[in-house]
Amino acid sequence: MTVAILNVSWQTLADALALGGVYALMAVGIGLVFGVLRLVNFAYGQLIMAGAYALAFASQWGWPGWAGILLCFAVVLALSVAMDRLVFRPLRTQSPAVMLVATFAVAFLLQSIALLAFGPLGKIASSLAPLNRPWTISGVDIRKIAIVAIVVAAACLLLLQLLLTRTAVGLQMRAAAMDFGTARLLGVRANRVIGGAVLVSGVLAAVVAVMLTVQNPLVTPDFALRDTIVVLAGVVLGGLNRPVPATLGGFAIGFASGILGGALPTNQSQYLPTFLFAAVILVLLVRPNGLFTRGGGAVERV
Amino acid sequence: MRRLGELLAPVALVLGAALLGAVVSASTQTYFVDTLVKVTIVVALYLFIGNSGVLSFGHVSFVAIGAWTAGVLSVPAQEKPAIMPNLAHFLRTTTVGNVPSLALAALAGLVLALLVGLPLMRLSGLAAGIATFGVLEIADNMLRYYEKIGPGLNAFSSVPETTGVWQAAIGALLAIGLAFAYQRSRFGRMLRATREDPAAASAAGISVYRQRLLAFALSGGVAGFAGGLYVHLLPLNIDSLYLDLTFITLAMLVVGGSGSLLGAVVGALAVSGLDSFLAAAENGVDVLGLHLDLPAGTSLIVVGVVMAAVLVLRPSGLTGGRELRLPGRRPAPPSAAEAA
Repeated sequence: MTVAILNVSWQTLADALALGGVYALMAVGIGLVFGVLRLVNFAYGQLIMAGAYALAFASQWGWPGWAGILLCFAVVLALSVAMDRLVFRPLRTQSPAVMLVATFAVAFLLQSIALLAFGPLGKIASSLAPLNRPWTISGVDIRKIAIVAIVVAAACLLLLQLLLTRTAVGLQMRAAAMDFGTARLLGVRANRVIGGAVLVSGVLAAVVAVMLTVQNPLVTPDFALRDTIVVLAGVVLGGLNRPVPATLGGFAIGFASGILGGALPTNQSQYLPTFLFAAVILVLLVRPNGLFTRGGGAVERV
Repeated sequence: MRRLGELLAPVALVLGAALLGAVVSASTQTYFVDTLVKVTIVVALYLFIGNSGVLSFGHVSFVAIGAWTAGVLSVPAQEKPAIMPNLAHFLRTTTVGNVPSLALAALAGLVLALLVGLPLMRLSGLAAGIATFGVLEIADNMLRYYEKIGPGLNAFSSVPETTGVWQAAIGALLAIGLAFAYQRSRFGRMLRATREDPAAASAAGISVYRQRLLAFALSGGVAGFAGGLYVHLLPLNIDSLYLDLTFITLAMLVVGGSGSLLGAVVGALAVSGLDSFLAAAENGVDVLGLHLDLPAGTSLIVVGVVMAAVLVLRPSGLTGGRELRLPGRRPAPPSAAEAA
């Protein structure tokens, strides 16, 4: 086992970094909305699924890659705004548990609609396939998408950091995440902040949809469902109440998943989820407030 | 005695469903038995979620463990090699009857829930709810691929089909009785106090962790028991004990109203009825002279819409989270324990 862990190839490392990056983006997308709305969006995976179907249809119609990506962004953004208006807004005053159940229902609804409309067999998104071929760097084969994903994830996180720290709406979002009531009293417009968070989170979902579709071109109704569950566990692992630890948690679980997937011997690789989630539970046993939070973590009292 | 309405209303509903199920044709009867098993699962969910206010997406893993325990132990010995060729020696040579298999299923659910509850119940409410997904994933993964403890991807064929209307009804009644006894006990009251205000409950000397753990273990036991009933009804496989069942049982609890035992039972009956009707309609059915033939997959969409609509329009569910109170002399002031 030790030998297996040490025997990690560059390809595995690059893939693990890429998966970590993609999961970090998902964690941010979920964390931003959670920050302002106290809402854990389980249906985040279905936004990604919708974007993936957009890419698949675009390539079926013979559209060029960039047009497919545009369609993907349009579909995901429209859906995330619709989700906010139809579900999140009426539920804003409910407890986080009720909102989580509601998004769970939305997730199943969207998945069933996809199953009914597009069938269980799935569609192939082929227009971005060249990105899945390897690049040879000094004798080591690394898939292009791994590099692209690492770069894009880093760029997105950097842009987001700038948005949150250097712009007015970013400041308002952070204020709202800290204490929505007080922020509103000080003149922060609730709908603007929530709308902003939903939009940014939608953009991130579209980016993730493109990345995941390149790596796994077969788009089925349960596309990204497993990923969402893993990312949610990662967010809890990092620390649900703080954005940076939550993002780190998303990265950590993606990275661990990639490394484990490459390092486990073939006859054990089917037990990857067991190893991964058992590790999460064990870590939480030691650090119930999250792996990347310092101190006790404030108890929420509202 | 006024509080007996809390127990009588769910019991009457279950008995009514069982009586109705006993008189209909054999093919329709399956739906009723299935519904009664779902009632048991939803009561298990209620026991934890309703009393603690903490979500759990992990209970179906306890149902699955119960189904595996009862299933593996009650397949006749000579048929085991056919569906479970890689079974461990002890399980291959041991076969038990109907009732012991159900008891062991409950025990397995209880022990597993206790073990995973030890770390998970230390988390804050929302984080605990999300982390229970991890339990579901681990259980699904292990049962799917670890063939020493069960059939893996195969279905549990040749399990004696002992769960008829009456066994299912007795099972549901046992679950309801346990849930009622628990919520009337001091432990149930303490847990509901933590649901209303964790800080105040802690200040009053209640350990949120211990109360949640107790309820989690108990409800895991009921869920395991329900899994035992389920595997004695249908040749289950691992795919029927995963996210779809998690979704439909949570929908039942939420639609009925997660705050009361009555809500759990009403929700399970209402959503099961709707779901069974739609499932029948997917195969074509005649209603009021109209021929209805819905495409496969409609039932999950309709249940999803109903669940979302109930959450938006009436978040506390059809029953509003209330129990039925029999009329009595006093106009029911909230007792001190409940107000705390």
